Amino acid sequence: MTQAHDLARQTLLEAPGLTETALSQVMDKLLSRQLDAADIYFQYSRLESWVLDDGIIKEGNHSIEQGAGLRAISGDKTGFAYTDDLVLPQLLNAAEAARSIARAGRSGRQAIASRTDLPPLYAPVNPLESLSEKDKLELMRLLDAEARAQDPRVQQVTISLVAAHDTVLVINDQGQLAGDVRPLVRMSVNVIVEHKGRREQGSSGGGARRALDFFLEQERALGYAREAVRQALVNLEAIEAPAGMQPVVLGPGWPGVLLHEAVGHGLEGDFNRKGTSAFSGRIGEQVTSPLCTIVDDGTLPERRGSLSVDDEGTQTQNTVLIENGILKGYMQDKMNARLMGMPETGNGRRESYAHLPMPRMTNTYMLPGERDPGEIIASVDRGLYAVNFGGGQVDITSGKFVFSANEAYLIENGKITAPVKGATLIGSGPEAMTRISMVGNDLELDTGVGTCGKEGQSIPVGVGQPTLKIDEMTIGGTAT
Amino acid sequence: MNARDIGELKQLVSDLLTEAKKQGASSAEAGVHAQQGLDVTVRLGDTETIEHTNDQGLGVTLYFGNRKGSANTTDLGADAVRETVAAACRIAKYTSEDPAAGLADANLMARDIPDLDLNHPWDIDALQAAGIARECEDAARGQDPRINNSEGASLHTQKSLFVYGNSHGFVGGYPSTRHSLSCAVLAGDGEQMQRDYWFTSDRLAERLQDPQAVGIEAARRTIARLGSRKIKTTECPVLFKADLAPGLLRSLIGAIRGEALYRKASFLLDHLGEQVFPDWVSIDENPRKRRGIASAPFDNEGVATSPRKLVDRGVLQSYVLDSYSARKLGMQTTANAGGVRNARIGTSGESFDALLKKLDTGLLVTEMMGQGSNLVTGDYSRGAAGFWVEKGEIAYPVEEITVAGNLKDMFQGLLAVGTDSQIPGSIETGSWLIDHMTIAGD
Repeated sequence: MTQAHDLARQTLLEAPGLTETALSQVMDKLLSRQLDAADIYFQYSRLESWVLDDGIIKEGNHSIEQGAGLRAISGDKTGFAYTDDLVLPQLLNAAEAARSIARAGRSGRQAIASRTDLPPLYAPVNPLESLSEKDKLELMRLLDAEARAQDPRVQQVTISLVAAHDTVLVINDQGQLAGDVRPLVRMSVNVIVEHKGRREQGSSGGGARRALDFFLEQERALGYAREAVRQALVNLEAIEAPAGMQPVVLGPGWPGVLLHEAVGHGLEGDFNRKGTSAFSGRIGEQVTSPLCTIVDDGTLPERRGSLSVDDEGTQTQNTVLIENGILKGYMQDKMNARLMGMPETGNGRRESYAHLPMPRMTNTYMLPGERDPGEIIASVDRGLYAVNFGGGQVDITSGKFVFSANEAYLIENGKITAPVKGATLIGSGPEAMTRISMVGNDLELDTGVGTCGKEGQSIPVGVGQPTLKIDEMTIGGTAT
Repeated sequence: MNARDIGELKQLVSDLLTEAKKQGASSAEAGVHAQQGLDVTVRLGDTETIEHTNDQGLGVTLYFGNRKGSANTTDLGADAVRETVAAACRIAKYTSEDPAAGLADANLMARDIPDLDLNHPWDIDALQAAGIARECEDAARGQDPRINNSEGASLHTQKSLFVYGNSHGFVGGYPSTRHSLSCAVLAGDGEQMQRDYWFTSDRLAERLQDPQAVGIEAARRTIARLGSRKIKTTECPVLFKADLAPGLLRSLIGAIRGEALYRKASFLLDHLGEQVFPDWVSIDENPRKRRGIASAPFDNEGVATSPRKLVDRGVLQSYVLDSYSARKLGMQTTANAGGVRNARIGTSGESFDALLKKLDTGLLVTEMMGQGSNLVTGDYSRGAAGFWVEKGEIAYPVEEITVAGNLKDMFQGLLAVGTDSQIPGSIETGSWLIDHMTIAGD
């Protein structure tokens, strides 16, 4: 990551004229109290977005965010302040405010010494400049035309393209310095179709930590347009979804939002340190069906949820959360790892310099099993086959979680039959996961669209899973 | 961070507009905001976090004829004005001619900017804030021996400055404040672990609920959930508690927003003048309510806000439009750029207890989970928790169920709205009794 590190240093320290002496001064100020840890997080982000709607390029926006967040930790107490002015006096003010959490005491001094050099998981490219404006808009127009060419029932097409270039540098009380340059691109297509007075929508999209040429490979973006229309047309035929308990087969890929909600959040270190999660104190216990091995892997190259280094300067890793049904570990940031006496896992993430880091997921997925997906569907007499979802939510304390299907079908006598309207599925994480009775051999990751919210902070994440069967789950339809 | 004053912000807006003109824009609008705040969380009696928040930013949207570009930044440094305008100009080179694009009409700009009493800074330091949060959490933890853990109590206070201006010559801005106190605790009975919370929020610190009352309510709600069970799949009347009912009204507002309408992405397309609720229902918007949490003297385009009926005797009276969507629909803006401000649904006169009696046997919903409302079709399916009610009495808590229906039917099937409105939020409503919905459970 030498190149990314040097770029980060250049953007965040050299450009605003912050010398090592100045940095040491700020760190000394932070450390002039009794602290267990402290860090400074510098960030400079540029984001560009375009919207095509009604057949025209309707909107474009360019946005710059920059600043530094200063954090002081004493035991389980955190003081935090930030400034969007990268100049010494403002950094010193923020240090003064952040350190007020701790009692006066030790006077620590720390030279900025070592730098963390890690292998990069993505190139330090600037995606905003990776295509000309003309080519960006041409791509969107192509998708609009592609969607409309699919079917005369297409009434509205909305396409968005977002390119972000995020440069970060984190310096901690140990004098370690880690920099990262994070590209992120995303496209989405939303369509409205109408037939005989009935209107339905469909949407699709994808993204990666890449330059914009990601969307041009293998007609990837055109595929989003086709997929959005296909989904909307399926919904035109949808009948009422069933209400009540039935077997549920989840398709591969994005339905992995199940794992994110049913187990992922409940295995974040902060909730477990505080004992507020339904999974608290259960390491070593069987918490899911033995067919399940679930990991959180921040190291997948170029994935939306991946990071070469997390927002505390820790290298990301592939963390086994659940192995053959047994709870193995939690996702940790530095503070919770230290307080729990557990290893750091590189899951310390934050929305921006203006937010505190906390344990968050990266790419959370289930490893493949042995079943053929067709065999899984054939095993169900009467149930639901859900292949696409909107968002989800979990109450980590009771373990209850929901996720909303927006493309699903009835399974009748082992065969996929009629599409059904969107419905929310609800279950209890620990219970639902023990009812997984078949796991397919077709692991897929999502297309790069996930955003996770926790305590008001949004960050990009990934999910994935093979086709799997849950013997019983509550389906929130209207047909009783 | 230096506290900025409104004069500085007005100067920045004026600089942005001048710069936009200089760089060739035919019209432009600009906004600048600065916000400072303090967030203190106390957990298990100890201060857990002290966060000093400090946000600022400027943004500009400019037009070259009918082509639009916008840019914004958190950097208010010396070069920010010129660079941000240049970024917006660059964007506008590439957007399409759009006949509906542009500023709101000049004759609609707010002429007077009344003081809506939104600014009541709270001079409080981290130690005092922690004291209040601790008092709140202590009350929750002391309420019942089954309260055995806590996510803490948080006190939040912020003061904001906001200025908007455009090339019609309009410039307006005002300071405002917002304070809140919240508490979330856990309870266990050996079988189950449950969590719930309560909060209070106001422009004026003195009007926040008493810290102990907030803690006690958080504890009461949490304890009431112990012993929750699933119920059988059924169809029955449903009572949505007042603190959840705003979500239903937000679905209405989402469906009558101009953007959803011109995209034909609304289940209430072409329903202006139609009966969408029973004839006793009225809903109004009061954007200039004094001290209102969502109040504003002008909308995000400088258009003067004014009170207005959204629904009268059950009939939809108005859409929710900004100037863009209004032009797309061939209508006039309703000063709703930035959203609906202080919507209120009239009560049908029953107290909460009277609503329970009216519900008779059915479901009282006190928590909702997930998104699950499709504004294109009106299809509604969300996770829920609450209480089963038998013959007007709360029988036992329920969880892990869904409530489903179609919003159009739910609105038509609204039997009563209670007098129990409690949170003076941006949407004011009592509890909603809906004639029937599908409950999925066991």
